[in-house]
Amino acid sequence: MHYAYHKASGKRETMAIIEVKGLSRTFETKDSRVEALKGIDLSVEEGDVYGIIGMSGAGKSTLVRCLNYLEKPTTGTVIVEGHELGKLTGKDLRKLRSDIGMIFQNFNLLMQATVIGNVCFPLTIHGMPKAKARNKAMQLLETVGLADKALSYPSQLSGGQCQRVAIARALASDPKILLCDEATSALDPQTTQQILDLLRKINKETGITIIIITHSMNVVREICHNVAIVEKGEIVERGLVEDIFTHPKSKAARRLVIEGKDPDQWEDETDSSAEVPELIEDRRIRIVFSENSSYEPVIANMVLHFGKPVNILKADTKDVGGTARGEMILGLSDDKNTSDAQIAYLKEHGLAVDELGKAGE
Amino acid sequence: MSATEVQMIVRGIGETLYMTILSTLLGYVIGLPWGIGLTVTGKDGIHPNSVVFRILDVAANIMRSIPFLIMLIIVLPITKAIAGKTYGPTAMIVPLVISAAPLIARMVESSLNEIDHGVIEAAQSMGASNAQIVWRVMLGEAKVSLISGATITIGTILGYSAMAGVLGGGGLGDIAIRYGYYRWQPNILFITVILLILLVQLFQLIGTLIGEKLDKRKK
Repeated sequence: MHYAYHKASGKRETMAIIEVKGLSRTFETKDSRVEALKGIDLSVEEGDVYGIIGMSGAGKSTLVRCLNYLEKPTTGTVIVEGHELGKLTGKDLRKLRSDIGMIFQNFNLLMQATVIGNVCFPLTIHGMPKAKARNKAMQLLETVGLADKALSYPSQLSGGQCQRVAIARALASDPKILLCDEATSALDPQTTQQILDLLRKINKETGITIIIITHSMNVVREICHNVAIVEKGEIVERGLVEDIFTHPKSKAARRLVIEGKDPDQWEDETDSSAEVPELIEDRRIRIVFSENSSYEPVIANMVLHFGKPVNILKADTKDVGGTARGEMILGLSDDKNTSDAQIAYLKEHGLAVDELGKAGE
Repeated sequence: MSATEVQMIVRGIGETLYMTILSTLLGYVIGLPWGIGLTVTGKDGIHPNSVVFRILDVAANIMRSIPFLIMLIIVLPITKAIAGKTYGPTAMIVPLVISAAPLIARMVESSLNEIDHGVIEAAQSMGASNAQIVWRVMLGEAKVSLISGATITIGTILGYSAMAGVLGGGGLGDIAIRYGYYRWQPNILFITVILLILLVQLFQLIGTLIGEKLDKRKK
């Protein structure tokens, strides 16, 4: 499924197409100094769909712009396809940029050019003859399902259609990497889904490496294979989406996964209240269902088995990278013997159990 | 009104159009690159260069602050050197261009600065060079605003050309001053004023129509 890139890239599956080392970016104005990024290390394998999630101002947009040197790092190196970007001449950098497509939150289409004119732009600026560019552009518009809109202007299209045009334009020069900067943030949920489906399809069919900058956990869950969580200019946690979803370690990851909060909702929280709140009377656990156990009514059976009620505080089933996953947060009885037995029972039935906290200790 | 007077007015219209249109065109030859330079080298431009920007900026400010009538007199030696004489429509094109260029530079600068930075960033991400960004992104995206700036400019230059009549510049302004003011022939003054109004209306109409035809943003 989402591991398709292993097939696409064959043997080279472990080769990093993007390698970022010790990247920092500081913005200095007359009276202030902002460290947008602090010592970022990042490695993205060819064919991966890599999510970078964080709240606005965390530095993720700066980070993605460092990957094609739209933003020059203050310190550190960025190596793309074996080229260290800081060492390239202006001309070579522009050439390499045609290997890196990019799409944006606000689409950034030429408003005074037709749809096909927009898709032709990256081709003709690198010297492709017009007729050839138009043929190629038409094929790309077929791919994104907008061939009939070739002669329309962006102002005549919906947001989702505009983003499709932007995707076609980004793919025009057959890039090996596609950077998506909040590409679905301006779209409604249904359109977001369509755009993500399209990106997934392109990743599967062409093996293109996709970097997704987002503040939405849903986007990460939906499409990404790996994810890095960025907070205050640093990567606080990274790994397989599935692993982070099942065993979030950092505070930021726990907020994302357990409370289901998108990073933009973090801001109004103080650090202490950011922890999962503890239940007053009960022992609280989080359980995660895997494929084999989710068909069985484990909780109901457990209640029948022990003859003790449990309190379901939260229940949610989500699609993680194509695999159905469910999670629940249970409040257990304060009788330690019973609750220990209940936890053991759940573990026996193949569930991952996370203790979230105990009251009165 | 006598036949000679009619003939004179017809010639005046011709001279006014000649001065206005040629001065606007030549003004753009200088003002367009000047305005592009201001935008490109500005703080948020695609190639910031504070020294070049400062020079272009200060020059535009100084030249913009000299009233046209004074400029007309200041540049008389230049006019003489270029056109060979200091009166008549052709000679007047020199001070008109000198006055129009900084105005056009500011018009162009403000049009180009209106462009959404994201579109420029997108072009950069595709590997476009700065020259390609100027020609294919900035001028293309700003064309409607540039046309509207040109329409304002041409109206202003038409007004300047009428002022040039004071120094025997030819055209409708010259006629209005000689016949309307010195000889006090109100009918001729009236006709020249009406014709100037009609010319401005005409330019405005043409500018608006071109702008609307070119604008693909709202449909």
